[in-house]
Amino acid sequence: MDYSWDFGPVLSRFDMLALGLLNTVKIAMVSIVLGIIVGLVLVMMRLSPRKWLAWPAAVFIEFYRNTPPIVHFFWFFYALPVLLAISLNPYVAAVLALSTQSGAFYAEVFRGGIVSIERGQWEGGKALGMTHSALMTRVIVPQAISRMVPPFIERSFELLKTTALASTLAYADLLYQAMLVNSETFRPLEVYTTIALMYLVLLVTASQLARMAETRLTAYQ
Amino acid sequence: MNTQPILEVKGLHKSFADHHVLKGIDFSVKPGERVAIIGGSGSGKSTFLRCLNFMETLSEGEIWVDNERIGVEKNGRITYPEKQLCSVRERLGMVFQQFNLFPHMTVLQNVMEGLITVKGYTKQDAHAVAVRELAKVGLSEKHDAWPGRLSGGQQQRVAIARALSMEPEVLLFDEPTSSLDPELVGEVLRVINQLAEEGRTMLLVTHELGFAYHFATKVIFLADGVFHEVGTPDEVLKNPKKPRTQEFLRRFSEFAF
Repeated sequence: MDYSWDFGPVLSRFDMLALGLLNTVKIAMVSIVLGIIVGLVLVMMRLSPRKWLAWPAAVFIEFYRNTPPIVHFFWFFYALPVLLAISLNPYVAAVLALSTQSGAFYAEVFRGGIVSIERGQWEGGKALGMTHSALMTRVIVPQAISRMVPPFIERSFELLKTTALASTLAYADLLYQAMLVNSETFRPLEVYTTIALMYLVLLVTASQLARMAETRLTAYQ
Repeated sequence: MNTQPILEVKGLHKSFADHHVLKGIDFSVKPGERVAIIGGSGSGKSTFLRCLNFMETLSEGEIWVDNERIGVEKNGRITYPEKQLCSVRERLGMVFQQFNLFPHMTVLQNVMEGLITVKGYTKQDAHAVAVRELAKVGLSEKHDAWPGRLSGGQQQRVAIARALSMEPEVLLFDEPTSSLDPELVGEVLRVINQLAEEGRTMLLVTHELGFAYHFATKVIFLADGVFHEVGTPDEVLKNPKKPRTQEFLRRFSEFAF
């Protein structure tokens, strides 16, 4: 093949890509934080002995596990506004889609961590006379957290990559900005190679940070 | 002398699904009594002990602690409010076969935990008690160690110190030496013996018949979900009347030397 690479036109528009990268990071961070909150609420409902709390949470989680992510984006952007007679901008719709998706998966991560704690730990605390809530906060959750960290990080990386779907709602993330650059330069090979590398650097950096956090959180083992 | 029982059990039944483990047990413990519960594996002796502090829910029957019936009757059903169960468990300390120490806390923190979260002690007060109890079980040098770094015998002694720190009225030992290497059994039994000398009220589920003989004021042989034979150590362990008890003890002495 005889193709002459030319990154010039792409690099001269690097500011557009940088803005896209910034937006990608922004939407990911916001969605991770909101996702954690959604996940905590869901896991508390899911583990509750009250069926009317546990059931809706289980249904919610199953729904998200068994539907494609892009459908959620479209639903929040095109369908929800019809239902509520409001309009959502792409950013809000994308954050809603991402944080409910990740919330559903985080809930499973949290639940996995909690149920993995041996029965003996519950009994050890109960035998001292600890209440359920004291046991949870002092004994179970602190141990569960270190077991949640690896799957939590795994899930957050999924989320980071899924942010690219926000481009379908015309949110100015890295992929959307790349499409703009491409339409101005007609250099798809260079454009998409560049942003692939940008995603790569972003994720590798994030995984380094995550590994440091993981080491600190699992210190006692 | 106070001869009111600390702990009383009336008509206790326990089933797991359709497996009927305990079939009607009446029992009481008076202050200063030391009861050894022996029996074959699967006979329900651990289940019996675990019913006393509600680690297992009762299928039927009543438990009385300090002349107070545990559980509240509501619409003909017995419910067990968490507050009441916590108070019972605080008064009946338990030591488990698998220690059940908290691996994310140091030895000292393990002993302080109940004092702080259950009894509401300040850190300093809890610290003082923990230091005292750990000295008693001979682990003063291990304050800052993680439980996972200790031998089984040391872990079990920490667990005893943790139970003692709560100043329970009765101590429940659920096969405290069964998961230990043979050479570590002695250090744990010595600590339990020391507690016996202090006159503490204790219930011990064990396979260590020799220790049970020296330790107990009363021995119970549990078989088929009932107290098959009850008496002094001499009566039950040396001169058992029931054939079933005799046979059980014979199996133990088979390889004696």
